[in-house]
Amino acid sequence: MTTRLARGGRLIDRGAPLEFTFDGARLRGYQGDTLASALLANDRLLMGRSFKYHRPRGPVASGVEEPNALVNLGKGARAEPNCRATTTELFDGLAASSQNRWPSLDLDVGVVNDAMARFLPAGFYYKTFMFPRPFWKHLFEPVIRQSAGLGPAPKDRDADRYEQIHAVCDVLVAGGGVAGLTAALAAARSGARVMVLDQAPHWGGRAPVDGGEIDGKPVETWVNDALQALETLPNVVLRSRCMVAGVHDHGHVLAEERIADHSPGDGRPRRRLWRIRAGKVIAATGALERPLAFAGNDVPGVMLASAVRDYLVNWGVSPGDRTVIVTNNDDAYRTAIALRQAGLAVPAVLDARERAEGDLPQQARALGIRVETGKAIARVQGRKRVTGVQVCLQAGEGAVLEDIPCEAVAMSGGWSPVVHLWSHCGGKLLWDEAGAMFRPDPVHPPTGASGQPMVVCAGAAAGALRLGDCVTDAHLAAGGDGGAPAGAAPIEAPLAPVWVMPQGAPVAMRAKMWLDFQNDVKVSDIQLAAREGFTSVEHAKRYTTLGMATDQGKLSNINGLAVLSQALDEGVPQVGTTTFRPPYTPVAFGTLAGEARGPLFQPLRRTPMHDWHEGRGAHWEPVGLWRRPLAYPAPGESVEQATRREVLAVRQGAALLDASTLGKIVVKGPDAGRFLDMLYSNLMSTLAVGRCRYGLMLNEQGFVIDDGVVARLSEDTFLCHTTSGGADRIHAWMEDWLQCEWPDWQVFTANLTEHYGQIAVAGPKARALLETLGGMDVSAQALPFMGWAEGQIGGVPVRVYRISFTGELSFELAAPAGQALDLWRQLMAAGEALGVVPHGTGALHVLRAEKGFVIVGDETDGTVTPQDLNMGWAVSKTKADFIGKRGLERPALTDPDRWRLVGLETLDGSVLPEGAHAVADGVNANGQRKVQGRVTSTYHSPTLGRGIALGLVRRGPERLGEVLEFPTIGGALVKARIVDPVRYDKEGARQNV
Amino acid sequence: MSDPVTALNGARAQGYVTVTEAPPIGMITLRCRGDVGPALAGLNLPLPGQRRIETGAGGGVAWMSPDEWLILIPRDRVGAVLAGLAGALQDVPHLAVDVSDARAVLWLEGDKVREVIAKAAPVDMAPGVFEPGEVRRTRAGQIAVAFWMVDARTVELVCFRSVARYAFDLFATLSQPGAEVGLFD
Repeated sequence: MTTRLARGGRLIDRGAPLEFTFDGARLRGYQGDTLASALLANDRLLMGRSFKYHRPRGPVASGVEEPNALVNLGKGARAEPNCRATTTELFDGLAASSQNRWPSLDLDVGVVNDAMARFLPAGFYYKTFMFPRPFWKHLFEPVIRQSAGLGPAPKDRDADRYEQIHAVCDVLVAGGGVAGLTAALAAARSGARVMVLDQAPHWGGRAPVDGGEIDGKPVETWVNDALQALETLPNVVLRSRCMVAGVHDHGHVLAEERIADHSPGDGRPRRRLWRIRAGKVIAATGALERPLAFAGNDVPGVMLASAVRDYLVNWGVSPGDRTVIVTNNDDAYRTAIALRQAGLAVPAVLDARERAEGDLPQQARALGIRVETGKAIARVQGRKRVTGVQVCLQAGEGAVLEDIPCEAVAMSGGWSPVVHLWSHCGGKLLWDEAGAMFRPDPVHPPTGASGQPMVVCAGAAAGALRLGDCVTDAHLAAGGDGGAPAGAAPIEAPLAPVWVMPQGAPVAMRAKMWLDFQNDVKVSDIQLAAREGFTSVEHAKRYTTLGMATDQGKLSNINGLAVLSQALDEGVPQVGTTTFRPPYTPVAFGTLAGEARGPLFQPLRRTPMHDWHEGRGAHWEPVGLWRRPLAYPAPGESVEQATRREVLAVRQGAALLDASTLGKIVVKGPDAGRFLDMLYSNLMSTLAVGRCRYGLMLNEQGFVIDDGVVARLSEDTFLCHTTSGGADRIHAWMEDWLQCEWPDWQVFTANLTEHYGQIAVAGPKARALLETLGGMDVSAQALPFMGWAEGQIGGVPVRVYRISFTGELSFELAAPAGQALDLWRQLMAAGEALGVVPHGTGALHVLRAEKGFVIVGDETDGTVTPQDLNMGWAVSKTKADFIGKRGLERPALTDPDRWRLVGLETLDGSVLPEGAHAVADGVNANGQRKVQGRVTSTYHSPTLGRGIALGLVRRGPERLGEVLEFPTIGGALVKARIVDPVRYDKEGARQNV
Repeated sequence: MSDPVTALNGARAQGYVTVTEAPPIGMITLRCRGDVGPALAGLNLPLPGQRRIETGAGGGVAWMSPDEWLILIPRDRVGAVLAGLAGALQDVPHLAVDVSDARAVLWLEGDKVREVIAKAAPVDMAPGVFEPGEVRRTRAGQIAVAFWMVDARTVELVCFRSVARYAFDLFATLSQPGAEVGLFD
């Protein structure tokens, strides 16, 4: 059984016991434990079930590469699935539960899949569930998803908060092991701004477990001294629990800091995303140990040799009384020695190599440990935990020489440098034959904006696995002056590449050799994929799901590649690796969202009258990021009823509209008229000071992109109104043309949209309302239609435009934003006797549709020309050029068959459905019914007492009186007659009084 | 004549950095490709260099782009300064316009004000890099802002009026106690 030893555990505080639960059982651990170490200390070796076969699984690793020990953490608003027990810090009250099992972890019905394993090879789903096709979506997939899968997605809103922060440094050191600290010291002493980030809560990486000396001091002492030295330097930032997730273009580095994962609910943000601009990244990310592929290497109790050592030294946890070591290298002997020194039994070290004469094997032998060279494991015995191993020859086919009873197996297949950060931006790798590993190719680094290398690997990440090489390499990688720290460790003999154990294993054995533990990918699956033609590593990966589990192939991708290369009879470098993509380990969605949730999810733009509207119970319409009142329903009134009432208020009395969201861009300069003549399709330079003119803006293709009224404020100054959603876009459009195309023109622009609150006063009583407040002459003589004037109304400075989008007598009052609400209130108060009400955009849309006025975005969709809108009059024939002029001349845009604007009236007076299409005879090449037009806007008109619509219809204006058929979603046909789009006051008499 | 009201009526939030909406001030956008130095000098206003903000007897001026400045003056001086600029620049193509009501101004105060700005804006806020006299025109969260340091623990930040509430809520949220980073301590 696994248990806590009486002594040892450099990371735990035995004076600080903690309580936690796993699947409801109350257990105890210590401050400094991970969930995995605490579970092992409580003899909870079984921590999960595999994805496909539901095999019982214990931890195989002790860090980020762990594929098995995934649990659900927390409950309700703090529930999170798929948390690695090996990197989850224990805290008092932690509640974890196991995943992918039913009814319990110990007794899992899904394990029937395991018995069927020989019928569930790689590609099983692809081959089996292809036909009949609809069955996949409706039958096969739901059933498969039910039986596979890991933790359930949380259902409640996340209780925690998250944030982001931006930082800049010259040198970013990823990893705070001995290589990272060496590099940080070297870089910091040169005066550079240095950040050192480590994913773990403690510094030093794994060197304190592996032992050795640096500068004559034990590694742990040296680490503490180095940390102290860095902490005193003002140019160094140290952050633990901060995982460098990815290196992106131009030295942009993302890192995730776990602030309160281990102290939930303490008021701190749970996690923080660091967005760092680094001049140079030093990836001191270490190396990860590889498993060996032997039959039964997934039985709980089989662990990486380094993990066994970690649990023992860091957390004082014994993997069992007897541990068999199986290895192809010297490093694993460290585990044998550590176990023996802790008083535990090591029945044998099975070394696949023919010779083991390095310092460490000799040391093991000196401790009386039995070392068997040329030997391998034929099979691990036991199901839910190891009970023993069968020994065979590595060179043979697995004939059993001996049974060794044991509780644990510590395996080591060598080490793979963590090259992820090097590779994210395109750094290339080379295959190191001696180390049987991919390591960074110094000749092909990832390059930054200047073309210079922007990432350098240091220490074990660069392939310098031995302590002495590691610190020397790190010192040089950081450009350190003077001598590097001197590391001293036992001399190690080379490893032997061993990808399958024994080398002649028959298929029955290969089908029980796990490569990807979480996704149940075995040696036999990779070999099958190769036989079936998936010879590209990227294809083999997707066919078998090798490396697609949550550990993303960290544990054993290299083993899979090597097996594939043997099956293809090619070298490992020829097969190559799959692509390393960020993030290094999963990053929470909350971290990426940061503070952007709830009220901060998206900026809400508010007009000066926003709160007034809210107080009045406005029903909102989103317009860009603005909210505009759609209508102001009175108590008991629906939005439709309110809209009808508001329409009639404008037609019969007067009503106010908050028009503040309209874009207002001032354009000034000697070339302003010339500039606007280019920007608008009609002529603006001839506009007289004091007058307004409606204009259309086109893009280069000739399509309408915006419209609005332009007022000439002075000889060289124009104010351009844009659509509500278009202000920023059109301002940018203007600046684009001025800065990139016509930099010699003397024109300046400023976006004054938000400087003004704008109030439209419309209706037959509008003038009377303004005169009630008084302050300026708004008579038809002083302020004629399409004119503007400046003055004061109600003591508020205003510019008043005589423009109308409703067809009624209308004034638009622009007041400074800080006084607009006051003016609005005065107008409402003064209008009480006149029956003045506020009206929303719902009424505005009906009013303008009755008049046949278009809205950019309703009647246009980016493919509509002025001629399509019957607005050829707004396209100048005299101007030499304007944006869109040549586009409009293209044959497709002058085609007489184009769909053009008309009014539509249903024969029965009903309201046409939004977006309905008018059908034509016949079907198109896709077998779809042909169409000849569509509804662009459709409303009930209270003024006319019937449904009205605007639409685009093929040759529409030539077909007045014709009846079209519009199928509805329900299948019924609605008939509508093509009519003049202007349904109300065709002469425009009402607006010009 | 009504008094202008600001977007947030002087709202205030007390976190580990205090966020306060400033009272109304006068702001003028000046755009010109000619030499505006003498015109500004005539109004006792300085001409700041690239990414700089400077204060003279007549008010402050912030560099906004190679042909744009933001003039910061008492609200009641806007008319006079506009008139002064119109006179001094009458032969130089330019645009000078009152934008006082288009903006909201926030004051952020506290020893850790630098890191609270860094949480929202992609700007190097390190001491020695960003100091009083520097101005940045950038984004905070999802909105456009400009800001500068008034002193070592105070940042003045300008945003568009319609998003004043977002800006205020953003910084109030980011400076909640418990979220201290200690990045520039």
